[in-house]
Amino acid sequence: MFDYFITLVWIVIKILAIIVSLFLIAAYLSLAERRFIGFMQDRIGPNRVGPYGLLQPIADGLKLFLKEIIIPTRANQYLFVIAPVLSIGPALAAWAVIPFDQGLVLANINIGLLYLLAMTSLAIYGVVIAGWASNSKYAFLGSLRSAAQIVSYEIAMGFAIIGVVLAAGSMNLTEIVLAQQGGLFHWFWLPLLPLFVVYWISAVAETNRLPFDVAEGESEIVAGFHVEYSGIAFSIFFLSEYANMTLVSVLSVIMFLGGWLSPFEGIPVLSTWFNWVPGIVWLMLKVSFFLFLFLWLRATFPRYRYDQIMRLGWKVFIPITLIWIVVIAIALKVNIAPWFSNT
Amino acid sequence: MTIQQGIFYIFSFLTVLSASMVILSKNSVRALLFLVLTFVSMAGLWMLLESEFLSITLVLVYVGAVMVLFLFVVMMLDVELASVHEGFTRYLPLGFCIAVLIVVGLVYAVGPKNFGLESVPIPAPHPVDFSNIERLGIILYTRFIYPFELAGVLLLSAIISAISLTFRQRRENNKAPDPHSQVKALKEERLRLVKMETRK
Repeated sequence: MFDYFITLVWIVIKILAIIVSLFLIAAYLSLAERRFIGFMQDRIGPNRVGPYGLLQPIADGLKLFLKEIIIPTRANQYLFVIAPVLSIGPALAAWAVIPFDQGLVLANINIGLLYLLAMTSLAIYGVVIAGWASNSKYAFLGSLRSAAQIVSYEIAMGFAIIGVVLAAGSMNLTEIVLAQQGGLFHWFWLPLLPLFVVYWISAVAETNRLPFDVAEGESEIVAGFHVEYSGIAFSIFFLSEYANMTLVSVLSVIMFLGGWLSPFEGIPVLSTWFNWVPGIVWLMLKVSFFLFLFLWLRATFPRYRYDQIMRLGWKVFIPITLIWIVVIAIALKVNIAPWFSNT
Repeated sequence: MTIQQGIFYIFSFLTVLSASMVILSKNSVRALLFLVLTFVSMAGLWMLLESEFLSITLVLVYVGAVMVLFLFVVMMLDVELASVHEGFTRYLPLGFCIAVLIVVGLVYAVGPKNFGLESVPIPAPHPVDFSNIERLGIILYTRFIYPFELAGVLLLSAIISAISLTFRQRRENNKAPDPHSQVKALKEERLRLVKMETRK
């Protein structure tokens, strides 16, 4: 019984470590977003609180924490309160199977990728229920848009993941990374390039980020599904959005850019020079690139029109992924080097 | 009581509770959310049966996609609560009879006589590296290949017929934008860049 207790305590410590660092990443990602987009739009952005505005997220968090939570009259009270919980729960639960380095993973299960797909597909309930329970037209419109969009892009995303599973021969995330060993050109981004692009764009759509943020659409429906939320309830939606952004970035790194593997692997001199760098640093660098891409996309593109979003998801992405899965299967069968030679 | 038993009782209690709440709750959206909870707790039970692939697929397909579409439809319905409960007492005797019949049938079919420990002993647990998906894939593509492919063709024809039922030809004076012509538009046709002198 005591053994169980020790294991339990260790697991709780690991969970806390992941969640605390995730919240810090989410907080500072919001600051980075405001600063970077500020620079891209030729303004300064928040720079008053602390040096370079570094304390801004803490001030924001404190402010949101102290604000009153307003529950609208005739809103469905239980569901109104549960919706943010349903939104953040899957966003955090998904992190259980993410390997940060060789062996540095909370739960090394052999269906990790499927588990992740299931968890990210649950995230929609928070949005839909929030929109319905608020008893507001704008919130309801936002949640309807979001439901249709996420269900559509999930299919393309699932097909892209099938391609990765085919290429790696496993659903275990650690094994998927290890299947990409051998340097920059052995990573799956090259043989699975169409799937990589489709996955990334669908990931942006799944997280309701610009240019696919019709669920929020300030200019049309005020703020979409969370228009009635205030204070900490709103900030939980905010946190789960940023946690999901980080999650899909980590996932694209693990599936297509070799996870924690060093990019200098296999290059004679450089690989020995950079041998001391721990894998988690490479992982974080690659993830930062994708997070920056999120901000870059937001500052660059106008919002998609709704029918264009649907057209892109159903008529462009699904055929591309279907064709490329067949290509991958053939490549596996004829053992195209260097990616599929050993299988 | 082992930990497995504890988990089993938690999940089965949740399943029974949420399944009864599906029919007892007055709000249709809340009933649907209880149905979702039923699916999730069933997935937990399946996980205990070492069928992790089916368990996660249940969450992924039913909870993540099918129930979302249900929710989508139910949220837009404006169901009068009074009309739902109108025929309750009238149909009570008939419903009760059917319920008793189902319970008797279930007890007879999966009761201790057929599914007791004597007739079906507890299977030995699989080793840690046992891959459920591999086994499932092998058996689906060898022994059950024909039923599997037939089911696939059936589903495909269902998709095609559903699409053809809802597909409508574009009307003559339709003002909706045509995405193909929009995608083909070039920057040069629509946009003229003018270089201007900067003035103070």
